Amino acid sequence: MKLSKKLKLRMLEQMLLTRYFEEKVDELFAKGLIHGTTHLSIGEEAMAAGPVNALKADDFMAITHRGHGSCIAKGADINIMMAELMGKETGYCKGKGGSIHVANLEEGNLGANGIVGGGIPIATGAALAQKMQNTGKIVLCFFGDGASNEGTFHESLNMASIWQLPIVYVCVNNMYGMSTCIDDVCPTNNISDRASAYQMEGITIDGNDVLEMFEVTNNAVIKARKGQGPTLIEGLTYRWKGHSKSDANLYRTREEIEEWKKKCPIKRFQTYLIEQKIMSEEEIKKMEESSLETIERAVEFAEQSPYPSLDALEEDLYAY
Amino acid sequence: MEEITYGQAVRDAMREELQRDENVFLMGEDIGVYGGAFGITFGMIDEFGPDRVRDTPISEAAIVGAGVGAAMVGMRPIVEIMFSDFLTLASDQIMNQAAKIHYMLGGKAKVPLVVRTPGGSGTGAAAQHSQSLEALFAHIPGLKVVMPSSPYDVKGLLKTAIRDDNPVVFFEHKLLYSKKGEVPDTDYTVPFGEAEIKRSGSDITVFATSIMVHRALEAAEQLANENISVEVIDPKTLVPLDTETIVKSVIKTGRLMIVQEACKRGGFASEVVAEVVESEAFGYLDAPITRVAGKNIPIPYSKKLEAAAVPQVEDIVKAVKEELLQ
Ligand SMILES: Cc1ncc(C[n+]2csc(CCOP(=O)(O)OP(=O)(O)O)c2C)c(N)n1
Ligand SMILES: [Mg+2]
Repeated sequence: MKLSKKLKLRMLEQMLLTRYFEEKVDELFAKGLIHGTTHLSIGEEAMAAGPVNALKADDFMAITHRGHGSCIAKGADINIMMAELMGKETGYCKGKGGSIHVANLEEGNLGANGIVGGGIPIATGAALAQKMQNTGKIVLCFFGDGASNEGTFHESLNMASIWQLPIVYVCVNNMYGMSTCIDDVCPTNNISDRASAYQMEGITIDGNDVLEMFEVTNNAVIKARKGQGPTLIEGLTYRWKGHSKSDANLYRTREEIEEWKKKCPIKRFQTYLIEQKIMSEEEIKKMEESSLETIERAVEFAEQSPYPSLDALEEDLYAY
Repeated sequence: MEEITYGQAVRDAMREELQRDENVFLMGEDIGVYGGAFGITFGMIDEFGPDRVRDTPISEAAIVGAGVGAAMVGMRPIVEIMFSDFLTLASDQIMNQAAKIHYMLGGKAKVPLVVRTPGGSGTGAAAQHSQSLEALFAHIPGLKVVMPSSPYDVKGLLKTAIRDDNPVVFFEHKLLYSKKGEVPDTDYTVPFGEAEIKRSGSDITVFATSIMVHRALEAAEQLANENISVEVIDPKTLVPLDTETIVKSVIKTGRLMIVQEACKRGGFASEVVAEVVESEAFGYLDAPITRVAGKNIPIPYSKKLEAAAVPQVEDIVKAVKEELLQ
């Protein structure tokens, strides 16, 4: 499949925005301007931009606690995201959710989840509804390598397969669930091997190659839309930063981290774009600068936004 | 006597029990090299090895379930559930299995299992990492439920829990891990079902659990400056509950306030109210009983909202004054 230049540029921009957004979050966290906890996906940007761009605007996705990149790729407003992380009233969840609960149904974002594996059945149910209502829409379900050891993963894949639901499961295999290496907690070589237990197609690919992530997801999306059932795609990638706000990295070596930094998905994509003469270095630089500006504006917006008033405390408990 | 943190006291209790009894072992997510999300088991894998300080997959139902099975056949597992909110993923194994096995099998099997888990809000971790779920477990017959408030208590109660032949849900509090207090070097235990009067007073009885014990004590200190004498009772264990100490105290003071972090509706405070109302203390009450509790909402992320969702010292001070006017 030939991808348009426009799509490639869009993916690069989303990856840059994600990188800069998260570097800023890291900085604001250190300064105490963002509190609680936050999980950075730096190094994993291709795993969001690739799959999410295979969706149509009104398709759905469920994401994980490490979901800033997928939000951005789905078209989230960065100002509103930043405001949420700062606990402001203008945030996506009016300051009630924070980093691990960003959601926006209008953008098809069913939400990040604080419970590992919590989003997998939810995505599956959203896919069931698409099938029952014959909407032609599909659902993309993100989860981590660690999450594939939760019962919800197995129960959901089984259900999606017997009912041939329009869903694509994307496992972001960054080798670790917190400090636990997936090799120590999963007996099969690949997480995608687990799909065979549910008569589902399972594929493992390079998660730092945004084009491959796009293409493989796109094929699975087409299949799902045709009613030919679910697919499990596993992308191999790596998280550069610690698991969450604090992490001494005792469970992995500095060398391993450095090795993966050399495989930066953004650099790699930029090199491709330059080599293929799709973008010039100049143009890339410009995009980087404008992305950085977008993030600065988001911080300004968030800083100027008010905190929620105490009146909001008991609001939104029940729907009317 | 040495001053150590609550977190250190938890670790010491486990270390000493691992040394004492070879059937004791730990199991949980990232408890090995990482030392658990709150660093409580940090270093223990070096001392006891990966068999007895066992990292697990992210599989809460199987972690607790495996604990139940191992306990039934003679071991004494301590499982760690990283945040008490995730107990819900293992709730079948706790509520339908562990709690019922001894009774349901006519006393033929026992489940000496400890489920350790941190609860509570105050870290900005939002709705799915900040709950206080003790009432759910206190409701289930067959479980014992512990909520220690001090380093001394947490160490002694954890030892009691490990040596107990029943499943124990052991709620630690995230904000208490760094709290310091005196703990003897000798082997000691703190019994279940014995409340402690943490401060004696004559005007009102304040029954508080976990971190709320500290807030109640601080409130009592402030109120003392205004010549209000507050008695603070820490039950330490919700199941079994030492109603006798509460009843006696209420007979003395004539007033009762219960402070809990958990949402008010259906919370453990309601059980305490009922126990007192059903007791001889009823006739001694000079005023209605008050519950100072969390709002009936999930814990919000934004800092001010989060603080407003659960009782703070000022709320207790204010509530005591209002109660005394009645
Ligand atoms: C049910 C549940 N168990 C444990 C946790 C704590 N926790 C949060 S993220 C995480 C690791 C998840 O690993 P993975 O699924 O690989 O995602 P990653 O963090 O690597 O993106 C753990 C154990 C949780 N939030 N929910
Ligand atoms: Mg992972």
